[in-house]
Amino acid sequence: MDLTEAFVELLRRASTDLPPDVEQALKEAYEREDEGTPAKSVLRTILTNVKLARENSVPMCQDTGSLIFYLDMPEGEKESYYKDIIRKAAAIATEKQYLRPNAVDPITGKNSGNNVGKNAPFFHISRWDKDIIRVRLLLKGGGSENVGTQYKLPYAPLKAGRDLEGVRKVIIDAVYKAQGLGCAPGTLGIGIGGDRTTSYMLSKEQFFRKMGERHPEKVIADFEMRLKDELNQLNIGPMGFGGKTTVLDVFVDYQHRHPATFYVAISYNCWAFRRKTMIIKNGEVTYYD
Amino acid sequence: MIKLKVPISEEEIRKLKVGDEVLLSGIIVTARDQAHKLMVEKKPDFIRPYLKESVIYHCGPIVKKNPDGSWSFVSAGPTTSIREEPYEADVICEYNVRGIIGKGGMREKTLEALQRCGAVYFHAIGGAGALIAKSVKRVVDVFKLEEFGTPEAFWVIEVEDLPLVVTMDSHGNSLHEKILKESEKKAKELIGIQD
Repeated sequence: MDLTEAFVELLRRASTDLPPDVEQALKEAYEREDEGTPAKSVLRTILTNVKLARENSVPMCQDTGSLIFYLDMPEGEKESYYKDIIRKAAAIATEKQYLRPNAVDPITGKNSGNNVGKNAPFFHISRWDKDIIRVRLLLKGGGSENVGTQYKLPYAPLKAGRDLEGVRKVIIDAVYKAQGLGCAPGTLGIGIGGDRTTSYMLSKEQFFRKMGERHPEKVIADFEMRLKDELNQLNIGPMGFGGKTTVLDVFVDYQHRHPATFYVAISYNCWAFRRKTMIIKNGEVTYYD
Repeated sequence: MIKLKVPISEEEIRKLKVGDEVLLSGIIVTARDQAHKLMVEKKPDFIRPYLKESVIYHCGPIVKKNPDGSWSFVSAGPTTSIREEPYEADVICEYNVRGIIGKGGMREKTLEALQRCGAVYFHAIGGAGALIAKSVKRVVDVFKLEEFGTPEAFWVIEVEDLPLVVTMDSHGNSLHEKILKESEKKAKELIGIQD
């Protein structure tokens, strides 16, 4: 397969085929809700929509998001080569209606019409020692991005201090404030520590974890479980109609911080959690969820 | 499940209550940020006949142009409604609109207009773009496509059995306000702060 086509296919899969672990989590949420409630019928509609999008190869959601690419490549591979191919693939995928034109110039207000623009798509590129190229893609919806937020601890209104308990308080606050607006039930990526930029980066990288995949350190893993349980007690529910599932999962990670700062970045992913991975090895392409 | 067909009379709309599940059919109009700004600032007449006793849909669709020049909706879920809060009350009463479809709900100003002018807020299922596009039977017309672009244009569409939930009715009730208050109480309890 031509590499440009391979990237178009990656975009198509991400936009039209919800990862099975996310679909399974939605099915479990559906089972949990009581018969006859709006929450149950929302989840039923979502699951029907997921199936339909996959079968007909159409975007599950009309907001096909911002295109965020994470590339890991060996030394010697030329970045600009891949960037050019991906930009070309994004334009083709837009033409084929796998993507909605979502790149708008903030100064002129003009939509570029093909998802290509300044920092669009966005690339996180790193080098590694393996002889394969790993491409990870997130399609991140605008509605859920708008409810993402960053707190600076201590945070006086909640008496949230510079410890894990303070982190817990601000996360509950963020999900309460989001209500159903991020297209609940959502998934949270939490980045603790780092600076303004890196805390958000860490929070978004959590979205490459599988549903139910706990942090390797017990303290953090327990913290994730506790948060998931408590957030689901808020009864915000699917679409904010009330119900037992407000979040599908919570993924937390941390990094060292400057002594003077303590940031908590909270990224919210809508139920239409669109991520796909592609591995390029000796010119051969393989896709993963 | 209540079946509702455009045009909708004031009497019909006032019967609806928060929590009612509705299947909507008939000709409705998509409008989002730029369209709302235009309707409030310029009050254009071209859209008037389509809005009277009809419904506005907060949606920025993916649309395909067919070889014969006609249009098809590919994916068309709701967008966040709260951005139209400054405009919606005026739009509802000026154009005699009977319903707003969107997601996330709206606030006091819109709730008051729903009560005063006889309309409701319908919540569609956010993200269910593929399913909702299947309810769109045909594109009747499109306005301001060149100027506003695909997501922001006024798409006049005929829908059949579009699945919706009433979350704000014409009697001053809002599911969003109720959930907000209840979840606030629980959040404070979990965080450990007093009112």
